[in-house]
Amino acid sequence: MGADEHITLRIARYRPDEGEAEPTLADYDVPLRRDWAILDGLNYIKDELDGTLSYRWSCRMGICGSCGMMVDGEPRLTCATFLTDLAPGPVRIEPLANFPVIRDLIVDLTDFMHKLGKVKPWLIRDEERPVEDGEYLQTPAQLDEFKQFSMCINCMLCYSACPVYGLDNSFVGPAAIALAHRYDLDSRDEGDRQRLTILAQPEGVWDCTFVGECSAACPKGVDPAGAIQQVKLAAAQEAAKSLLLPWRSR
Amino acid sequence: MISPLEARYYRRRMPLLWWARRRSYAFFMLREVSSVFVAWFVVEILLLVRAVARGAAAYEGFLDAMAHPAVIGVNLVALAFVLLHAVTFANLTPRAMIVRVRGRRVPARAVLASVYVGWLVVSAFLTWLVLA
Repeated sequence: MGADEHITLRIARYRPDEGEAEPTLADYDVPLRRDWAILDGLNYIKDELDGTLSYRWSCRMGICGSCGMMVDGEPRLTCATFLTDLAPGPVRIEPLANFPVIRDLIVDLTDFMHKLGKVKPWLIRDEERPVEDGEYLQTPAQLDEFKQFSMCINCMLCYSACPVYGLDNSFVGPAAIALAHRYDLDSRDEGDRQRLTILAQPEGVWDCTFVGECSAACPKGVDPAGAIQQVKLAAAQEAAKSLLLPWRSR
Repeated sequence: MISPLEARYYRRRMPLLWWARRRSYAFFMLREVSSVFVAWFVVEILLLVRAVARGAAAYEGFLDAMAHPAVIGVNLVALAFVLLHAVTFANLTPRAMIVRVRGRRVPARAVLASVYVGWLVVSAFLTWLVLA
């Protein structure tokens, strides 16, 4: 790879403050370096070519979940997608699908934030133990039950990959359900029933048609599609139980 | 109420042929369409039951209709779709179902294997029922 080799990044620009009604594509040539991810290319554009380009990023190491974008039509973390893998280009970079675009590559995630709060992703106890009684203990096996679901970094690639959310954004969506399920599976938690009443709604798990693309898109190896089907099973069992044994349901 | 900032958001709509843009989406649609063929076989079985109930002549008529090359052709296509439906459904089972035996989680492969063994046993029983 020569020092003067370049690759074209074809980037969606949207500047409503300048009167633009819809995004347009703009080409930028950036150096093609072996150790450069797309994010390095975007930073090069921002620093050297066009300071008006807007995008979100922070950690550069797949932890913060800020830099998700559509790369050649696929939802990817731009810090973990290398330019050399996409050579010779051009590489099309667009804002995450299925979300409204604020400007350039920045999307509005307010909808997800509301949904995440709604599914109560925190430890719920019937009765809180006093602090002086110490921590709620857990064995490594109990940790393994939910650990993969706790790896979610809220990067929203799963929402961008999900056609159900794209067609109707009332669907709670993959990450929020996976995070709710993470607490359902936690041995310290007693809030299953509270979450189930939310998730068993039509716009909860039952909207999912198991396309499975959310799990394929996840950069952290979480299986939200699996979580959703597991919640469906739990909801169905709960419904059957309350039908057959109505006196037992609370 | 929508703020002036939100009013300027660019909102994209999914194209009508969204499923044609990616292979995995197209395969998903194929799997969804397969339910139509599952329903087709259910209708055929109901027609068979009706023909049997109406007597020997109706049953013979049903068999003749079923032997028509067009019906055989449709049934072959339907069989392919039903197999796709069954195989993809079975393969998704370990992800939807966490099975525990004596408190221990059964590995996904074992769950999958038991689904296929169950399918095989039912198929063998039905074959025996028809042939014997």
